[in-house]
Amino acid sequence: MKLLWFHLMPYTDLPEDFAERHASVWVDIDPGLFDPRRGHALYNEFMDELEVAAELGFDGVCVNEHHANAYGLMPSPNLIAASLARRTRDCAIVLMGNSLALYNPPTRVAEEMAMIDCISGGRVVAGFPVGTPMDTCYAYGRNPSQLRQRYLEAHDLVLRAWTEPAPFDFHGRFNQLRYVNTWPRPVQQPHPPIWIPGGGSIETWRWCAERDYVYSYLSYFGYKAGAATMRRFWNEMDALGKDRNPYRAGFLQFVGVGESRQEALQLYREPAEYFYGRCLHVDPRYATAPGYASEATQRARVESMVARAAKGAAGGQGAASSFDDIVERGYVVVGSPDEVAERLREVATELGVGHLMLLLQFGNMDRQLTLHNTELFAKRVLPQLSDLFDDEWEDLWWPRPLPAAARVRPRELAT
Amino acid sequence: MAAAAAGRRPGEAARAGDVSSRTQSTRNDEPGAPTARNVRVGGLDCRVWEKGEGELLGFLGGLRGLPRWTPFLERLAQQRRVVAPSLPGFPGARGHDQLDDLADWVSATLDLLEASGLEGHDLVGASVGATLAAEAAAFSRGSVRRLVLAAPLGIWDPEQPVADLWAQKPRELPALLSSHPERLANCLARPEHHDAVEWQILLARADEAAARLLWPFGDLGLAKRLHRVRAPTLLVWGSEDRVVPPSYAKRFANAIGGWTEVREIADAGHVVEIDQPDLAADAVLAFLS
Repeated sequence: MKLLWFHLMPYTDLPEDFAERHASVWVDIDPGLFDPRRGHALYNEFMDELEVAAELGFDGVCVNEHHANAYGLMPSPNLIAASLARRTRDCAIVLMGNSLALYNPPTRVAEEMAMIDCISGGRVVAGFPVGTPMDTCYAYGRNPSQLRQRYLEAHDLVLRAWTEPAPFDFHGRFNQLRYVNTWPRPVQQPHPPIWIPGGGSIETWRWCAERDYVYSYLSYFGYKAGAATMRRFWNEMDALGKDRNPYRAGFLQFVGVGESRQEALQLYREPAEYFYGRCLHVDPRYATAPGYASEATQRARVESMVARAAKGAAGGQGAASSFDDIVERGYVVVGSPDEVAERLREVATELGVGHLMLLLQFGNMDRQLTLHNTELFAKRVLPQLSDLFDDEWEDLWWPRPLPAAARVRPRELAT
Repeated sequence: MAAAAAGRRPGEAARAGDVSSRTQSTRNDEPGAPTARNVRVGGLDCRVWEKGEGELLGFLGGLRGLPRWTPFLERLAQQRRVVAPSLPGFPGARGHDQLDDLADWVSATLDLLEASGLEGHDLVGASVGATLAAEAAAFSRGSVRRLVLAAPLGIWDPEQPVADLWAQKPRELPALLSSHPERLANCLARPEHHDAVEWQILLARADEAAARLLWPFGDLGLAKRLHRVRAPTLLVWGSEDRVVPPSYAKRFANAIGGWTEVREIADAGHVVEIDQPDLAADAVLAFLS
């Protein structure tokens, strides 16, 4: 299986009483809470962490896009990816990804990803999320009821921009371009593998199946909550006549490794509570936008609400915020290297996930703790897992870089 | 114009999956219910409600359209022949995802006015319906005789920004929109014969249609066109409008090219015709008499 190191790049200095004193970590987060001097340190630490992960043998490093968000400091993941393309050698660079409907024109995405694919020698994975309402509709002002149509149109445009052999014109509902001509072209031909980060909608699964894309379920709530979703995903793949190749799927999991379970429980309590208490403090005013969810999704939601009301049952349980609950519910897998390896083997097998994306830095973990977690994982967990699935399945969705001998090595810094 | 009146089609069977046909209140059996027919606009069936005798008076509904016949329209129908067509995406009509830009919306509005026989007659609009009534009057002077705009959106005053309707907690929305939330609730309440899930979807589609036109600010640049509105215009505003502050009444009045009158109604919020149906209707009838 593939083990990938995923960075959200959270701001680590939100005050302790953040959730009480501030309405939201996202959209209207107080800009006064951002200290650019800390920003300087954090970006460099975070980029170091991604580079170390690559050196320690993770199969890939992942970055993603958020806007006006204190737990995701990458409005442009492509900037980080460009640096990683120079400062890492063999690992995949997984852009998880670019919210296509936000780029105007969307050919910008085709161009930038092609640049990074060239710089890295063909190591890019192209992730195309629709994006959350907070990022796309509120922070970026996109009309929610056009977002999906814009996304799909932009997808078609980017694909053609990568693959058409001659300049062409594109006359879409939202994009009109007389001349589309992508220079440069990606090293990976016809284009980098495409992964679709999603939240569990059946339309997205069908679309991934139809296009033969990786579906990547990015939830912050761990394998226990994710199991039901992934079961439905695989049932849908069965129904659509697709095989159960685990490399069709990606899954995000928070992990904290210690020398012992005891140590892990001590080390990761504070950062986990920081993430689930402060980073996920999102004002519900921004959680939905009219038209963001498809009518089918809305109907499913209303039906389950009506059914619950009819049974007189209360709404679903809220997200856990205390460490004991966080661990109990599987949001974060914590333990000794062997315990974590065993649990992740079960997770990968049960959920049928060949691309496991690991959040080994989360919340306010500092560099020292992050590197401790990363090293323990790389040296003592990763070797126990890396051959999983490979006797049976081939990863058809992994980058195909130039041979090592054909790749240029960046020069070392003089000082 | 693509619109053509399809005429009255009583008892017309709903097409499979055509939720708006299935759920619309054409079979409204409540006492005093309006008659209903469908007209086609851009290939979409749009419901047209009608009640009363006398001179024609058109009405374009507000943010959630007309899920039910309202006391305001009932009062107007005592003196006028009230015709209330549903705009695409709003209750009584499908097509919440078909109109992209202002040109699409204005053209659909003009089609709808023509198809429902309202072209050249008096027209009342509320909130988003008032916005489109004003746009119609600006783009096509002949489309409207006299105009009543109840709390229209469409212009922007940086000193008095319009509230963000689409970033509210659901439980706080009624008090933002209305000074009498129980009256608003009545206008949105599910009729007994109606499917509970589909009723929610109907309202969600209306929200989507309104946002489709107005996201993110509700500023359509209408200020640049209001000088073209030559129809005598009444601006009706709730004195407690917390969505579009009452100061906008004057801005509209100053910008409109025709003769204008402003009527502020006390104890009413943004949904002024729902909060104070009798006072609002009387103001409309007095202006048009």
